[in-house]
Amino acid sequence: MNTPAIKELLYKIGDDQLILGHRNSEWTGLGPILEEDIAFCSMAQDKIGQSLAIFSILHELGEPDPDTNAFLRDAKLFKNCQYVEMPIGEFDFSIVRHFLFDNAEAIRFKHLTDSSFIPLANLSKKIKGELKYHTMHANTWIKRLGNGSKESIDRVQKALNDSWTMALGMFEVSPYEAELIQEKIFVGEKVIMQEWYESISATIEGTELSLPDLYSSKPMLGGRQGLHTESLIKLLDEMSEVIRLDPEAEW
Amino acid sequence: MKDLLTKDVVWNKLKVVKDPEIPTLSLVDMGIIRELNIEGDSVEVVITPTFVGCPAIEMMKDEIESALLSMGFQNVLVRVSFSYQWNSDMINEAGRKSLVEFGLAPPPQHQLIEDIEILERIPCPACKGTNTELRNSFGPTLCRSIHYCNDCKEAFQQFKPVN
Repeated sequence: MNTPAIKELLYKIGDDQLILGHRNSEWTGLGPILEEDIAFCSMAQDKIGQSLAIFSILHELGEPDPDTNAFLRDAKLFKNCQYVEMPIGEFDFSIVRHFLFDNAEAIRFKHLTDSSFIPLANLSKKIKGELKYHTMHANTWIKRLGNGSKESIDRVQKALNDSWTMALGMFEVSPYEAELIQEKIFVGEKVIMQEWYESISATIEGTELSLPDLYSSKPMLGGRQGLHTESLIKLLDEMSEVIRLDPEAEW
Repeated sequence: MKDLLTKDVVWNKLKVVKDPEIPTLSLVDMGIIRELNIEGDSVEVVITPTFVGCPAIEMMKDEIESALLSMGFQNVLVRVSFSYQWNSDMINEAGRKSLVEFGLAPPPQHQLIEDIEILERIPCPACKGTNTELRNSFGPTLCRSIHYCNDCKEAFQQFKPVN
């Protein structure tokens, strides 16, 4: 078993879920309508729960326990893409990120159901079903806002354009990419990115929006290597406030 | 006492353990208890959550453990595993009845969910009519969605289909 490669992969997907889960939770009480408060905090709970399950597999592979790993790890050891750490911004930015990220995530977990690393394949079979609700929610909003008023179309289009290079950073390859593909642990970022572009194009086609070209801009890379923005440091500070004050706290 | 604890007996006795959020629904009928391995006065139970992020799973583990200890087992191990992936077709007939009893619409049986349209026109648990609409595919817990009955003029919740 190629443990270093598997750990790298698990950290990448676990950290994406954890960080975006926390960002989603920030909509609690701020959603434009009550249903969106509920939707974003449910998706937060799903994503944070999924990260816990991934960190539990890491723990079985000898990494620190899930709480320590989530709350007390140094920012430069986080492998999430930079896109998920960005502040929630306005609802347009968050909905576009939800659309771009969750569609990629659904494809990622769909392929991971075939992973030769069985604990991850099993977990992915479960997560894949849950994510249908996330992509449905995102696609519904994109269709609604992308066929809405001039303001909603313009704002979503601007959010798409502004997000594009960050979103492409989701597909930054791992140093173990070739081994992961060869050992059938993971299909590889290139396949995920292409299927993702086809999938989001299908939704965008039914709207007044247009997608930037896949290769028109340089992806914002670094997250997968532990390079992060100020936003992640601030987020981690906030997340770990309680555990640092009282490491034994239970709630 | 000990020799009475056959698999069937224990399985049946475990029906006293209910979902912490749906007090009419037993964990057995819900389908989250996947394995029961008895060896003398030791027992191992394998459970799998309805949703990966279900916050009630720790409580369920504790309640299964105390139920088994009170049956007379000396060593009890309750393990959460994803070797089984729970889907809403694992709720049995008794479980579906318990959901209705609690006022929740049971999930449509699906085999494989290809389209989320499955959430539309869910029969209202009060009037049984299907003049209903989906209001939110996310609800008060991860496993529930919110619907509205146009005849009763009232909102209701459904235990979500998932696979």
